[in-house]
Amino acid sequence: MTSPSQTEQVDPEQAETPDLPVARRQREWLQTPKAAWKLRRTKIGVAFLVFVFVIAIFGPMLAPHSPTEFVGASFQLPSRVATLGTDYLGRDVLSRVLYGGRTTLVLALVATFIGEFFGLLLGLIAAYSRRGVDETVMRLLDVVLAFPAIIFALLIVSVAGPNPWLIVVAVGFTHIPAVARVSRGVALRIVNLDFVKAAEALGMPKLSIMWSEILPNITTPVLVDSGIRFAYSISIIAALSFLGFGLQPPLADWGLMINENRIGISAQPYALLAPILMIAIATIGANLVSDGMSRAIIGLDRKMANQ
Amino acid sequence: MLTVEGLSIELEGSGVDIADEVAFTIRGGEILGLVGESGSGKTTVATALLMFERHGAVLGGGRITIDGRDVFAMDAKTLRSIRGRLISYVPQDPSMSLNPALRIRTQLMEILVTHGFGTSNEEREARVAEMMDEVLLPSGRDFLRRYPHQLSGGQQQRVAVGMAFACRPAMIVLDEPTTGLDVTTQAHVLRTVKDLTRMYGVAALYVTHDLAVVANVADHIAVMYAGRIVEVGPTETLFRSASHPYTRRLLISVPDLSGKHTLRGTLGRAPGPGHRPQGCRFAPRCKLAISECRAEFPPDDGPDENHRVRCWRWREVVAEPADTEFASRLRTEDTDGEGAVITVADVRCSYGDNDVIHGINMSVDSGRCLALVGESGSGKTTLARCISGIHSGRIAGSIKLDGHELKRNSRERPKSDRQAIQYIFQSPYASLNPRKSIAQILSLPLKMFFELNRNERETRMIEALERVSLDGSLLSVYPDQLSGGERQRVAIARALLAEPRVLICDEVTSSLDVLVQASIVELLSKLVRDLGVAMIFVTHHLPLVRSLADTVAVMNRGELVEYGCVDEVLDNPQAEYTKNLLADTPTVDIVDVP
Amino acid sequence: MHLARLILQRLALGIGTLFLVSVLIFLATQALPGNAARAILGNTATPEKVAVLSRQLGLDKPVARQYAIWVSHFVSGNLGRSFVGMDQPVSQVIGQPLYNSTVLVVLAALVSVPLSIGLGTYAALRRDGRLDRAVTTSTVALAALPEFVIGILVIIILSTEVLHLFPPIARPNPSVPVYRQLDELVLPVLTLTLAVFPYITRMMRAYTIEILESEYISMARLKGLPERIVIWRHAVPNAIVPAVQGTAMQLAWLAGGIVAVEYVFAYPGIGSALISAITERDIPTIQAITLILASVYVLLNLAADIITILVTPRLRTGLR
Repeated sequence: MTSPSQTEQVDPEQAETPDLPVARRQREWLQTPKAAWKLRRTKIGVAFLVFVFVIAIFGPMLAPHSPTEFVGASFQLPSRVATLGTDYLGRDVLSRVLYGGRTTLVLALVATFIGEFFGLLLGLIAAYSRRGVDETVMRLLDVVLAFPAIIFALLIVSVAGPNPWLIVVAVGFTHIPAVARVSRGVALRIVNLDFVKAAEALGMPKLSIMWSEILPNITTPVLVDSGIRFAYSISIIAALSFLGFGLQPPLADWGLMINENRIGISAQPYALLAPILMIAIATIGANLVSDGMSRAIIGLDRKMANQ
Repeated sequence: MLTVEGLSIELEGSGVDIADEVAFTIRGGEILGLVGESGSGKTTVATALLMFERHGAVLGGGRITIDGRDVFAMDAKTLRSIRGRLISYVPQDPSMSLNPALRIRTQLMEILVTHGFGTSNEEREARVAEMMDEVLLPSGRDFLRRYPHQLSGGQQQRVAVGMAFACRPAMIVLDEPTTGLDVTTQAHVLRTVKDLTRMYGVAALYVTHDLAVVANVADHIAVMYAGRIVEVGPTETLFRSASHPYTRRLLISVPDLSGKHTLRGTLGRAPGPGHRPQGCRFAPRCKLAISECRAEFPPDDGPDENHRVRCWRWREVVAEPADTEFASRLRTEDTDGEGAVITVADVRCSYGDNDVIHGINMSVDSGRCLALVGESGSGKTTLARCISGIHSGRIAGSIKLDGHELKRNSRERPKSDRQAIQYIFQSPYASLNPRKSIAQILSLPLKMFFELNRNERETRMIEALERVSLDGSLLSVYPDQLSGGERQRVAIARALLAEPRVLICDEVTSSLDVLVQASIVELLSKLVRDLGVAMIFVTHHLPLVRSLADTVAVMNRGELVEYGCVDEVLDNPQAEYTKNLLADTPTVDIVDVP
Repeated sequence: MHLARLILQRLALGIGTLFLVSVLIFLATQALPGNAARAILGNTATPEKVAVLSRQLGLDKPVARQYAIWVSHFVSGNLGRSFVGMDQPVSQVIGQPLYNSTVLVVLAALVSVPLSIGLGTYAALRRDGRLDRAVTTSTVALAALPEFVIGILVIIILSTEVLHLFPPIARPNPSVPVYRQLDELVLPVLTLTLAVFPYITRMMRAYTIEILESEYISMARLKGLPERIVIWRHAVPNAIVPAVQGTAMQLAWLAGGIVAVEYVFAYPGIGSALISAITERDIPTIQAITLILASVYVLLNLAADIITILVTPRLRTGLR
């Protein structure tokens, strides 16, 4: 037998406490954004979004002219007076681009929020109720889904006229079914897990279970989805303005500018390209961030599975 | 005959070893059992024999020869021609490994066609029919026209076994082929595999985590720990005189149907790739470890040519008396309902229109453990859920706690009843909310049942963690930072914090490795004794019953087939069903452990 | 038996959805108090005038009865009479545009669906290769762009600033069959294709990758099957099935996408008709067009459901 001096005694109790790098003790929900930030596409997307929002917030201060001021003849190519040329009425394109993001971005943010909020709520309720309630809610949402978003918005506008806040509600409303589907899909996987059963067995009220047990587990996919929703909101609001049923002249707005300056497409393309570029940067930025996040989730899942 | 020398497999891109220095030989007609816990690299090694790299794994180096042909040197085309022909594979989960959109016949025929087996379609059809006969499946047209989902799990696995033997290979790799099957089905599949291997003179590698299974099927056993084979030897020799400390720990962790030794667990966990220490990887958990063990991986050594072990101190291990204690459990023999905490009388329940339980009577006393045993679909979990009030279907009959009738749904029960009965779930991966810290998880029962301030709560939580052998510092971590065994301990701690009178454990060890399982069972039996709670232990694994329970209730298809004292039921079963179940349960009891 | 019941069930669901869709359209356009008459006359109209028109339109009847009349006319093919122009029947107003739009959408679908299914599968098979990376990056960007922006960029590149290949507006002559004047249609079809293919491609890529990582594909390889059989017999058929649903959704989306695209190219389709109807407050036409567009979604989804049932053994045969 071995003498104690030869044997380095191991305390088995000690082995049970895992060695945890301090950094891993961070708050759970930051994990995905942090992993996403490591991807180049996320960084590009964030840069795009920051650029667009900076222009929307500070652009009006930098604008050389008022957006409604006539600075020359119509459809002038870029010159010293108007860096990006003039529009169909002879107003400065650059100044109008700098002014033109605010309204659309604010409306898109609100519409996205409305869609995400009610969609999440309905998805959560549908997933955590009896089958009958679930079926009914989802069937009703299917009805809304049957309308392409822009058709639904047009239907509302055709009745009530081009009111910006009504457009926001209409666009937000069209998001609800899609968001509800996404969050219900994720939540359905959660509600059948045993920790929900455990909370039920302890007698935790249903609302608390939804709020504190289920909700934290579905926020990440919903966050990913909200990037796409935001890009989509911008698209629809811009499209409505482009069709003449959204924001109304003489307001400076990117979608509206595209419509107004369409006839000058061969004479003064900058009046079109500038707002197009801004819309593209905004929507592509939002999509890139969303894509980066979903890739990060897949990556984290894989890492977990490998452990 | 298969020879593997110096095989290593790395994690893609990082150069970190999943497995290394793997070497063994299998002769035709023999089965080698490759045993290891999850994460030991055994499945990776198994597929590597077919030169198949699982996702994220790349083959590092080594030599694999089958019947004198060097597999490692083959190009992609040659490899394809030997897969399924010279060496074939039986997967872990046939329900995932058979293509859901193709008929069984198509999937069987294509392997014959690909490898040019037989000269005509008639000949191949005949071979398929022969194969079906050999794995005891119907070979009729109707059966072969079925899709995988129209077969039972056991039938699916037979199809996979048949497919593997279809081209009469020289070598066959079986990757945990019976996980998820009931013991009866498992016994049939094992017998088939054994017979076919002998009949065709095939060399077989049988990968499993279950020592009892290999004890019954394998001629030789190789034990794998943290990516390395630590001991190889003939099955009997290995069970009689295991020479590696890890193998010894494994052996005393296996629940023994005969009840000849007490279950003993081992704390700690096997290090994963990238976290493995230098030298012998078991050293941090080994009582005999010396500085040499930490410096260098021991060379190939051992008592004789066939029994090889990689341990610096194997002579000391052999010299040490086997670490067994004879059954000394506190078990009292009365099973009367008197003083019973939980009494179940003529309980029937249903899911939708299906009756799943037809009239059950039983009771549990405080300080005792009742094992509820049955195969999947027996209704054991449903019954447990009825008692705890989380069954969502209809329930008839009477369920009493301390003599008063319980409400059906936990929501309708008064606080004291909810507090008295605590339920511990099967999978600790699903029963702890991944978005909550351990402190948040543990504080839930305290907030529900007691009026305490923050400090009092924290004190109680730390006490509870210590009671389940966890460190109080774990309060601030999240579940995904813990191993399976640690999570299950947290789940137990959560149940204990409610200060229950009844603990219902639903297959709580079935997702854990044997070493961990043993330590959890140890913990649970200690809790029953120390706290005097009544425990209902639901399991499909009969050997566990002997180690833990006082009384046992055997269930089959919603009926109680046998109910009584553990020793009586297991040693002298009355019901035909229990007899068969006992006969089909693989046991490590092939040699007399001293 | 099982199969028939399953399909009948889906059919009933589809009809139910369609019913609710029609209720929603009716409520939005006609039943909101005063809306229709006031919308037609504008805000300057006197209350008396509004009341007179309301009576003419039957707005004084109970809402349920109004709906019953409206929907029964609709079902019998009587889409009502347009408020504007020469009081034409709506069916006449939207007949030709509906045909034009159908041509546009069908052409776009014929181009984009095979293209994106092929591209998505190919990208998945050559995962992380050069083409895969090009596809994933470009589709993220393209999927983000509003379809009218794509349309204008297409015009700038292919017909005005850079190249002069195709006419910037698409106004096919109604008396000549469309297939004789395909060059008119190239740009709008291209725009719709560019708008739809990123989604289907990404979806197909994702499904194929998921299937390629499945155990039965590993098993097929471990059986020694040639890669050709692994992909074409085992992987692709299983990846296409879930893609059917997503493709139907995208094609239904085309129904909405055409509105802005037709406007960009001044194409005389149903989208342009809807826009002029809204401008002119022509409520019967608006109702008819929105109901048709929503039906497209319901029908496509129904078709996708039925196809999925037919090609999935598990659904088709039921359990065991």
